[in-house]
Parts: sequence; C-alpha cells; structure tokens
Amino acid sequence: MKYESQKVAYWYILSALALFGIQVLGGLLAGWVYVSPNFLSELLPFNVIRMIHTNALIVWLLLGFFGAAYFLIPEESEREIWSPKLAYIQLIILLVGTLGAVGSYLVGIHGGREFLEQPLWVKFGILVAALIFLLNVSMTVLSGKRTAITNVLLMGLWLLSLLWVFAFINPDNLSLDKMYWWFVVHLWVEATWELVMAAILAFLLLKLTGVDREVVEKWLYVIVATALFSGILGTGHHFYWIGLPGYWQWVGSIFSTFEVIPFFLMMSFAFVMVWKGRKNHANKAALLWSLGSSTVAFFGAGVWGFLHTLHGVNFYSHGTQITAAHGHLAFYGAYVALNLAVFTYAMPMLRQRAPYNQVLNMASFWLMTGGMAFMTFVLTFAGTIQTHMQRVIGDYYMSVQDSLSVFYLMRFGAGAAVVIGALLFIYSTVVVRKSEVIAPGPANPAPGE
Amino acid sequence: MAEILTKSRARNIFYGGSIFFVVIFVGMTVHSHRYVVETSTAGMELSDEVVHGKHVWEENSCINCHSLHGEGAYFAPEVGNVMTRWGVQDDPEGAFEILKAWIESQPSGIEGRRQMPAYDMTDEDLRGLAEFLRWADQTDTQGWPPNDAG
Repeated sequence: MKYESQKVAYWYILSALALFGIQVLGGLLAGWVYVSPNFLSELLPFNVIRMIHTNALIVWLLLGFFGAAYFLIPEESEREIWSPKLAYIQLIILLVGTLGAVGSYLVGIHGGREFLEQPLWVKFGILVAALIFLLNVSMTVLSGKRTAITNVLLMGLWLLSLLWVFAFINPDNLSLDKMYWWFVVHLWVEATWELVMAAILAFLLLKLTGVDREVVEKWLYVIVATALFSGILGTGHHFYWIGLPGYWQWVGSIFSTFEVIPFFLMMSFAFVMVWKGRKNHANKAALLWSLGSSTVAFFGAGVWGFLHTLHGVNFYSHGTQITAAHGHLAFYGAYVALNLAVFTYAMPMLRQRAPYNQVLNMASFWLMTGGMAFMTFVLTFAGTIQTHMQRVIGDYYMSVQDSLSVFYLMRFGAGAAVVIGALLFIYSTVVVRKSEVIAPGPANPAPGE
Repeated sequence: MAEILTKSRARNIFYGGSIFFVVIFVGMTVHSHRYVVETSTAGMELSDEVVHGKHVWEENSCINCHSLHGEGAYFAPEVGNVMTRWGVQDDPEGAFEILKAWIESQPSGIEGRRQMPAYDMTDEDLRGLAEFLRWADQTDTQGWPPNDAG
C-alpha cells in the first residue's frame, strides 16, 4: 500500500464479502425450494428469497468495484484520494440502503421491476452515493496523473451511474417499461460494467506480470471498443418479444454475436500478458483469479450467451432454464471472479503483509468454479428439455417442471459446493493464518508464512 | 498488434465508434418508443384499471416467481399469455372471475408442489390485475410465445 487513503478499500471489501455471504446463502435457500417446494413457503416465499439473492449480488459487486477504484486510483494517479471522509460517508449510505432494502423485502415492501425492487428512498440513496463517489474519484484523477486505466474505469463508472436514472423511469405502458428497464440492466452488465472489468483486469495484469504499460493500455482500448461497438446495439437481443419492432431481431442477433469478441479478447489478453510477463509475482492466487475470471467470463457470458442469442433460437429458449444457466456462469465469471481477484490482490497489501492463505484461496477458486460449471451444465440440460417439451411440444409449464426435478437436485448440490467455496474464500481473506496449509517449494517465490 | 494501431489511435477509435453507436441506438429507441405507443400496444386502451393492475403486479413482486413476456424468475408459469391460456382474453368479466378464484385458492398447500403465497386483494385490485394481464396479452410480441403453454 503506497498511499494511506487506499485503506478505504479495506472497508469496502469487508462489506462486499459480508454481502457475498448473504447472497450465496440466499441462493442456496432458493435452490432448496426448487427441491422441496413447501420449505418456508408461508414464512419466506420464493420471490422474497430471490430478491435478496439478486439484490445482494448487485450491491456487493458494486461495493467491490468502488473498493477496487479506491484501491487502484491512488496508485495510477500517484496521489491520495481527494476525500477519504466522503468515501466512508458513501459506504455508510450504501450499507444503510442495503440493510433497509433487505428489511423492507422481509416485511413485504418492495417494487416489482426485476432487480430494481428497492424502495424509492433506497434508490435515491444509491444515487447520492454514486454522485459522491464520482465527485471523489474524478477530483482525484483530474488532479493527478491520468492513465488509460483510470480513463476507462472512470468512463465506465460515470456511464453506469448515469444509466441509474432509468431506475426511476417506469412508464405505465409495460412494453416501454421493459425497454427502458434494459437500459439499466443490459447497458450495465453488457456494456459499462465491461469497461470497469477490463480496466481492473488491465491494472491487475500490469501489476502481476510486469508487462509494459503501453502494451497493456493498447489492449485495453481495443477491448473496450469491441465491448461498446457490440454491446450497445446488442441490447436488441432483449427487444425481440416485448412489443418492439421486428428489426431488432436482426440487429440484436448480429450485434450480440459480436459480443463474444470482447470476452475472447479479455481471455487472450490475460494469457498473453502472463506469457510475455517479466515478473514472477508472489501472489499466485490473485493471478489464478485473474486468469480464471477472464476464462469463465468468456464461456459464461460469451459462449453461453451466444448459445441462445440468435432470434431463431431465442424464440424457443427465451425465459427457460437456459437463461438461468447463462446468467449464473456469466455473472460468476465476469464480475464475481474479477472482484475476488482484486480482493485477493489488494487485501494483503491493505493489511501490509505478504500474500497469505494462498492455498486455501486457490482451493476456494476450484470449488466455486467447479460448482458453478456443474450448475451451468445441469441447468442447460434442464433448459434444453424444458424448451423441447414446453415450447415445441406444448406441454404445460408445471408438468414440464415436475420432470426436471433430478436436475434441480443436482443444481442444489452444485450450489452447496459454491457456498462452501465462498465461505472458504471469505475465511482465507479475512482470517490471517500463520503459515500456508501446504508449504511452497524452493523455486516458488510465494511466501510460505 | 500491428504497429499501425498505436495506443492513441486505438483510443480515438474507441471514443469515435462509441459515439457513433450511441447515436444510432438513440435514434432506434425513439422510433421503437413511437412504435410501441402507436402500433404494438395500441389494440387496447391503457385505462386506469390497467395502470392500477400494473401497480398491483409490482407491489406483490410477481416477477420474482413468474415471467412476463419471458422475463422474470422462471419459477412459476409465464403470464404474458395467461388470459389466452385460460380462454378469457376477450372476456373482461370472465378474466376477473377466474383470476379471483385462482388467487383466493392459493396457497394450495399440496405437498411437493410449488406454493403461490396468499394475497389479500380487493376486487378493485383483482379487476386491475386481470385487465393488466389482458392488456399485456394483446401486445404484439412478434408471435412469441410459440404456443399457449407460454
């Protein structure tokens, strides 16, 4: 840690990890309701569990992004954060808002636009927190050294905050409601968040591999260019069946096919940088997460996204378990794993010690990644059968679901592996053990104690 | 990467290209907005009842179990075409009656079957919800879903 004010990232990361725990436990509970539908059905209905699962995910990923920004911007800009105090106020607003939202959901107060269910006061809180954040990081960057990494990171964060305005726009006309709703949902995860992801990945690879900044930054611009060129009009793949003009079927199919490119480039970028790298960095776990994130993002967001994005396919697969399979692997690879990469890299520095618990951390990577991959496969099988029985043959929804129960049982098992992995990650990040559970060999520069 | 693609060129392509695609997207959005209002949803009036029904739909977070035009939680049946499936799309009174009977019979309590929670709704709420679902059903969704199963 070169700058004192980077310390604010520590509290963002701890808060994010706490919500990460809540998110995966909520997911496990929802997975169990699929297996045993009467469980808690009167006390805590499925829709409430799901709101907690998805909202906790979104908030902790954002907290992770904010934390990552507060950690890397001082190093890039070569100066302290403009106002650490504002950063703490922003964190408190976000935590109060999150706890308020969860409390509201438990007593039945919520909106009904998916993922944007937060009560209005929480939405305003998020807006205020975002404005504080933008002011703080922009002032820091503008008065310090400017790099391509901070340029792209700031652009992503500014745009995603501006798009939050559409969370307040809810037309009475359902089709318009849906169209503008995607301005937040799609243009976050398939456009602006990709900018944030690419910038953070570039920072990590720069530090972990020691490749020239010029090379890293050129890659970065090419990646984010392909992300926005494909992702903006790629929004069209959500506009096929919600009452919008038919031309979106072609625009959406063509441009969302190109959405695979930025994810392929990010994966290539990560491996090429490691190949060209001059450094044998001591934090092996952070490198594993960086490579793993870009790889799983390529499969989850890229391959599994393309699987059902062409309108001729989507006509049959839309809104089945195929979507759930894609959603889980894409979020895990692109945003969960990337955040965990930053946490793994930053936490030892924030605590001013050598990388610790790397073996346990890497074990948690394989547990979570293996579990998530298995979950994706079984949901894809379930979705394929569902598509055929329900959309092609025309069997009714509930009778189709009854024949999928074996997949839901396997999904629960996969989810349990992910939860164990997540708890192991949290343990290995928060608790510092004196030595590694497996001592490193002599040729390995990774610290063993 | 080739020498011809310098960092500053890559940056300029990124900024210029992004602005280009944003402009096209905004233009298509404006056209789509008008298309929705004038064509695809124009078959039925967006009445106060429909608007009230949309609020009922939202306050109860139905989307976190059901899907509507294929978007939602996939835990419970698609409802974008439920009025067609029930055979009451052109019968407002029948739509209200069948929806009321359905909501009031939940939860079923059957062991091993997914449970819809109990909702305490007034007749006004139920009528609004029925009208909202009929309104959604009449939307021109480019032929989706493929069949009445939703």
